[in-house]
Amino acid sequence: MSNSLLSIKNVSKDFYGNQVLKDINMEIRRGEIHALVGENGAGKSTLMNILFGMPVIHTTGGFQGSVEIEGQEVNIMTPHQAMGYGIGMVHQEFMLIPGFTITENIKINREITTPNIASRIFGKQYENLDFVKMNRDARAALDKMDMGIEEYTLVAGLPVGHMQFIEIAREIDKTGIKLLVFDEPTAVLTESETENLLRAVKKLAALGIGIIFISHRLNEIMQIADRITILRDGELVVTKDVKDTNTLEIAQLMVGRKISFERKTSSGRRKNDETILSLKNFFVKMPGEEVKGIDLEIKKGEIIGIGGLAGQGKLGIANGIMGIYPAAGEVIFDGQKLELNNAKGAIEAGLGFVSEDRKGIGLLLDSSIEMNIAFTSMQIKNEFLHKLLFARIQNSGKIRSHAKKMIKDLDIRCTSPTQRAGSLSGGNQQKVCVARALTQNPKLLLVSEPTRGIDVGAKKLVLDLMHKLNEEQGMTIVMTSSELAELRSICDKIVIICDGKVEGVLPPDAPDQEFGLMMSGSRKNSGNSAGFDGGLAAIGTKEKQDKEVMSDV
Amino acid sequence: MNGSRNGNFNLKNKIIENMVPIIFVAFTLLGFAVSSGVPLSYFLSELSSRFFRNAFLVLSLVIPVIAGLGLNFGIVVGAISGQIAIAIVRYFYLEGLTGLLLCFAIAAPIAAFFGWLTGKLYNKTRGQEMIASLIVSFFANGIYQFLFLFVVGVIILVPATHPMIKPDGVGIRMSVDMGKLKYALESILEVPFMWAVLVVCVAALVFMLLRHFKKKQELTKNKKINFYIRIGVFSVLAVISIISIITGNSLMSVRDVPAATAVLIALLCLFTSWIMKTKLGQDFRSVGQNQYIAGTNGIDVDKTRIIAVIMSTVFASWGQIIYLQNMGTLNTYGAHNQIGMFSVAAILVGGASVSKATVGQALLGTILFNSMFIMSPEIGKALFGQAILGEYFRTFMVYGIIGMALGLYVWKANRASKLTIDPDALSESTGRSAWITIPTPPDSSSSSGTRTN
Repeated sequence: MSNSLLSIKNVSKDFYGNQVLKDINMEIRRGEIHALVGENGAGKSTLMNILFGMPVIHTTGGFQGSVEIEGQEVNIMTPHQAMGYGIGMVHQEFMLIPGFTITENIKINREITTPNIASRIFGKQYENLDFVKMNRDARAALDKMDMGIEEYTLVAGLPVGHMQFIEIAREIDKTGIKLLVFDEPTAVLTESETENLLRAVKKLAALGIGIIFISHRLNEIMQIADRITILRDGELVVTKDVKDTNTLEIAQLMVGRKISFERKTSSGRRKNDETILSLKNFFVKMPGEEVKGIDLEIKKGEIIGIGGLAGQGKLGIANGIMGIYPAAGEVIFDGQKLELNNAKGAIEAGLGFVSEDRKGIGLLLDSSIEMNIAFTSMQIKNEFLHKLLFARIQNSGKIRSHAKKMIKDLDIRCTSPTQRAGSLSGGNQQKVCVARALTQNPKLLLVSEPTRGIDVGAKKLVLDLMHKLNEEQGMTIVMTSSELAELRSICDKIVIICDGKVEGVLPPDAPDQEFGLMMSGSRKNSGNSAGFDGGLAAIGTKEKQDKEVMSDV
Repeated sequence: MNGSRNGNFNLKNKIIENMVPIIFVAFTLLGFAVSSGVPLSYFLSELSSRFFRNAFLVLSLVIPVIAGLGLNFGIVVGAISGQIAIAIVRYFYLEGLTGLLLCFAIAAPIAAFFGWLTGKLYNKTRGQEMIASLIVSFFANGIYQFLFLFVVGVIILVPATHPMIKPDGVGIRMSVDMGKLKYALESILEVPFMWAVLVVCVAALVFMLLRHFKKKQELTKNKKINFYIRIGVFSVLAVISIISIITGNSLMSVRDVPAATAVLIALLCLFTSWIMKTKLGQDFRSVGQNQYIAGTNGIDVDKTRIIAVIMSTVFASWGQIIYLQNMGTLNTYGAHNQIGMFSVAAILVGGASVSKATVGQALLGTILFNSMFIMSPEIGKALFGQAILGEYFRTFMVYGIIGMALGLYVWKANRASKLTIDPDALSESTGRSAWITIPTPPDSSSSSGTRTN
């Protein structure tokens, strides 16, 4: 087909046996805006990495299938080669050098040069830079997008909206640009900047450039895209004309139904109305997971799920409460005001934390299981210690017997308590983390991404463990997870975080599209509808979301 | 929009940024204050000869810093290459200007080869280039000793009667006479000091004014202040030199300036600023600012870095030859040892950092650092009655200044990346926060029919 610009044919990719893309077929036409949507981990980034020949693809065994540009099969091995084929990308995290001027950034490695005596002897590398011509080109590219800013301004200190446009200017300055990928371009923009950007994107498409537009904001997609492709769990769900669909349907297709865990119900729950933890106007500065003012109340004996897309701030909450990242606001725990930014104080107050960063701050990988279990209690609570004059010496016997008990209780599969924690499987490492948190006898357990990086069978064991703790010990659990399915399998209610704020609270059995819309922050515009019966909608005043920060991992 | 921010002349920040040069100026002034006996002409004579001896070496550090490799302690490798070249030339009894040019020619390929090897090593030790360069200099010293103490004589057979060779016929003597290589550059042309000052000042003034009037762009307040300060300093120096030339005062007794060395230093300055205006220089800057972005835009990061190291090493080898021809004797096993440390200290004193260096900083640093060197025995004598205490003080200053500059650099970087909650965001939201309570959802057994599987 002559109108076809790019075809992706039967593309599959696995990372060491973990299938992330399955038989994807996609086609981009000239001058079309093609939206690509999907949850985190749906495979969008991997697909784009293949398109750009990123090293991460080729160092992990390449991919299956083929990529064709204008009917010609191409083999793209490096990003530079992709550039040669006329594929450009506007990155989500800016690929700009702050210490350079706008011109220098636009012209990076494509500088215009004039020969001199030295260059005639030693080669092209020694040619002088022609800043007059370079500035002129940069000016032209900026003018194409109605950017009035001077091309000799330093990039450092410019507002993010401008940086985005500089990235685009760099791409359109490249001669022969055919296909432009926008990766979450509006994620960091304000409303008016977004409008400008969308206008610029349409203008580019009108010039005949094919555009792949990756976004979580369904409203924008409805506004500008011609066609939409939805990915879920590495599979292509559907490609549709945008005019034949609506945000509700897209949201539903995006979330879909994943591996479902049997939801357990039991009678022995000790839930009550007493509030154990309340957050008031809570802020956390965690890079990439910023929390921007959250109010939340958690009742004793509940399992609360905190969900949302990556980068929206859900991970920041637990990290902020535990004093790992700077936090502000008011936290009342068990009737007492919790001192913020004090990790030791949080543990002493009776908060247990299982970090999402298991290998970084969660476990001492080179230490034994028993040391890992007892470590925090030894440090903070002076447990498991003998007093000997002025020195304190660890009480090995007590540590051993406690570790053995934990290993039995949590069913940690290991050869002995002295085994190295790093040699355990992911699921068992996670159990060691939980065991350590439990050793501190917490009143409330914060668990972040408990199933990240562990296999399906182990996931179930970890989730069952959470459930068991809640049921048998009445432990209040706040579980943060990117996997909606697992939150829905054990939580009493699920708080969805979007742009660092509470977007809404849903019961676990709310319909898929409700979750999809809330997670993408599009709920307001499509209205509250299906299956949302009264008494559930416990949503406070909610302002228009004008910013979204997302990042695919 | 940048103008308003940079326009505020923030004195405190300026002082913090230029802490190291300020300490050195203060130290030199203290030297003059406490030791009344130092004549200015003696000080300037010492300073000028030391400056022309060392400036070339210090300048060789600029390019690696711009290319993001940090401070290249590995210029010792270059110095060693220069000494090998001198040893070869002296072995054949060559001397004078031809001998010197031959030294340059022989040193260049040797230094380029070693530079290529060190560059490869730096690419393997990415992020730890500075510590790697330090270790490389120790390692190279070992190889060099092996070469000169064992290979010469045992593997390369040489006559034991040669004046360079130790009497037992194995190895090169501790010190090698440079013959008429000594002052090979100085003997070309020497200019009285004050005339040289006058010429330099007038040239600088003409250059600055031309550039100022050619540029139409509006200067920021900060740049304007800097511009006027510079014009003022050079004008005052020019006037002083004219006065001393006319009156023939004590300043006229300052030692003459070697014009050829000055020209070589000027050429290296010009080369460094010219290369930064070429495609290669732009690649140096891109790679230095962000290797990842440079790489994704198709710049060969590894190759660019290796070129920067090769250039630095070759210039260092020439710098060492210039240094030694002024000294007059080759201290075979000691001359190169401290070159890396002292040159790095000098460029840091000029206000450079791990990530930023200019030709001007290298020159200023050479002047300030050597001023300290000249004054410290005087201070030791005046304050403690012993010049040797000043010697200890030198060592203390050299290593102290490197440590302090590195510490300041990290401290500044940490301060910039510290996480804090934006107070604006906090106050903005306090007005609107509504207390949200989460009611308990209905019993999950009564789940609605919408949950399909």
